[in-house]
Amino acid sequence: MSALFEAREITKRFGGLTALSRVDFTLESGIASIIGPNGAGKTTLFNVFTGLYLPDGGSVTFRGRSLLGLRPDQITALGVCRTFQNIRLFGNMTAVENVLVGMHARVRLGLADVLLRGPRFRAEEPALWRSAASLLDRVGLRAQANAVARNLPYGDQRRLEIARALASEPALLLLDEPTAGMTQGEAKSLMELLRRLVADLGLAILLIEHNMRVVMQVSDRVTVLDHGEKIAEGQPADVQADSRVIEAYLGTRAGARRDGRAAR
Amino acid sequence: MIRVVGAVLLLAVSGWAVATFPRSILVFLLFQGSVLTVYLTPMSKWLRATLLAIALLVMMPVIGAHNGYYLEVATQVGIFVALALGLNIVVGLAGLLDLGYVAFFAVGAYVWAIPGSPHANLIFGGGFPLPPMAFYLFLLVGLVVAAMTGILLGLPVLRLRGDYLAIVTLGFGEVIRVLANNLDKPINLTNGPKGITPIMRPPAPFGLSYPEFFYFLVLAIVVVVILVNRRLEDSHIGRAWEAIREDDLAAQAMGVPLVRSKLLAFACGASFAGVMGVVFSAKQVFINPESFTFLESIGVLAMVILGGMGSIPGAVVGATVVTVLNLQVLKGLSLWLNELKNAGVTVFGFNLANLPTQLEPAKYERMIFGIILVLMMIFRPQGILPARRRERELAAPEDNVVKAAAPAQATTP
Repeated sequence: MSALFEAREITKRFGGLTALSRVDFTLESGIASIIGPNGAGKTTLFNVFTGLYLPDGGSVTFRGRSLLGLRPDQITALGVCRTFQNIRLFGNMTAVENVLVGMHARVRLGLADVLLRGPRFRAEEPALWRSAASLLDRVGLRAQANAVARNLPYGDQRRLEIARALASEPALLLLDEPTAGMTQGEAKSLMELLRRLVADLGLAILLIEHNMRVVMQVSDRVTVLDHGEKIAEGQPADVQADSRVIEAYLGTRAGARRDGRAAR
Repeated sequence: MIRVVGAVLLLAVSGWAVATFPRSILVFLLFQGSVLTVYLTPMSKWLRATLLAIALLVMMPVIGAHNGYYLEVATQVGIFVALALGLNIVVGLAGLLDLGYVAFFAVGAYVWAIPGSPHANLIFGGGFPLPPMAFYLFLLVGLVVAAMTGILLGLPVLRLRGDYLAIVTLGFGEVIRVLANNLDKPINLTNGPKGITPIMRPPAPFGLSYPEFFYFLVLAIVVVVILVNRRLEDSHIGRAWEAIREDDLAAQAMGVPLVRSKLLAFACGASFAGVMGVVFSAKQVFINPESFTFLESIGVLAMVILGGMGSIPGAVVGATVVTVLNLQVLKGLSLWLNELKNAGVTVFGFNLANLPTQLEPAKYERMIFGIILVLMMIFRPQGILPARRRERELAAPEDNVVKAAAPAQATTP
């Protein structure tokens, strides 16, 4: 039986630098997290999963179908959607328009429908707006629907990115550091939102996170990357106790400190 | 209410004034301003449409009967409005800087000019020009051929952005012009720099004169173009274009197919220019490559930027302002300065009659146009009528009804 999402032996090199080395990753359901020091290859892994990078080796399958060689928009249409570490909203468009763009892959209208405004268009367009409204409701941005995205506060922008990603009706949602720059309280309420999404929509979520408290609370499973290699995987508590993980984050007394900054 | 009455009064007074002083440029400008005032004054959708229809369908042709040149100006304005709206899709919505846009206009013009004139006999033997009624069919042919040219241009430049795209499109525009200039051998397709003439026109229906016929034809096409533009903008297609403009990588990650969307933008933008090219060649009877220079592309781009990128009313107003500036205001200004010079008027103790020929008033036209552009970009970089986000917005949560494309009022300066 094939898992919902399965990556095998992903290798990605940039010139002489091996960013990912034979990384395996499987996700069936629930919330999984990828953690690791800066430069460990987390975002590179996301970029491979979503078609921005073609890996030098390995395979990525979603619902038994290979994602390798597909364009990002095709992967989104299949049901894998993401947010970005550095927020990439459509700044000059309103919040609701951002969400509407996220629905693009689900819109079944052609040029003729748009130009003639036939019954199909008149039925579908309001339906899009209605579901955009309910998505904004879900992330708590209903009141800001008509605000221009770049004028929204930082935390709201992160939520809007999640709403926009949800608009493509994904089965797997990839979130790249969704709580970065948030207060502990904001981060907590965001995690509650993610829990609800998993419960309500049956979504699988993959997180990249630096906020350890968040990771340990919300994750069903944690994968630790360091220097492009998977060094640990399992229940949050087990991973936390793993000696290699502690070493990756804090360094050993004998070894050189690799990168302690990420271990906030 | 008072403002509505004021706008109507202004329209009526300016119309009467043009009929009374048919030679005064200022009065004609007043009439144009009154049309804009009607558009901008908050009023019901139907009242506005009625007033605009009266102004453009009735008053303008009557004004044209008093001074035929004004009808010509209005027709040219219409042609450039369509061009600006087409370029607005490519540059304003999709954010693809196209510096060779006039090439599509040229393609449309030659599509009708060649089979619509005896010139085609040189290529295909006999049987040309085609019957004048074929003109209407060729409006469609021009549209399709220009759209295909747009896709042809789009294919190789899809990976390019910003400056690189601008340079390639600039080159493309020049290639088309140079082709038109040199395709008189080995097969004489375009007759080179000598141009093609006479180009057939369909018989003007309903006893209209040719200037009136072309005015109404251009007006009809502009209305269709505006309608198409609005429908595209208020749809997933237009939103995808804007998303590409904002961040193409994020747009693709959200499911927007970049290649298809960009090609569609190029094709749509080019098709408007193609249709107007066909009309232009029939209207002018004579075309040659001189009409399709790089400067024309820049002119249309200036209209889009001056009006407000991504804004339909902005493109309309921008095209009107630039065309009227070029055809009337700056010409009028240089004529006036010339009169002063010839009359030997003294300014600050200097007799204008002694002005050296290098400082001919006619030479100021471009300079003043340039200064206007620079000042606009400094003091109002968003354009005259910038895109208004608030026209398409989600209603408040309590009624949960979508208010799409509400009447364009809300924010009147």
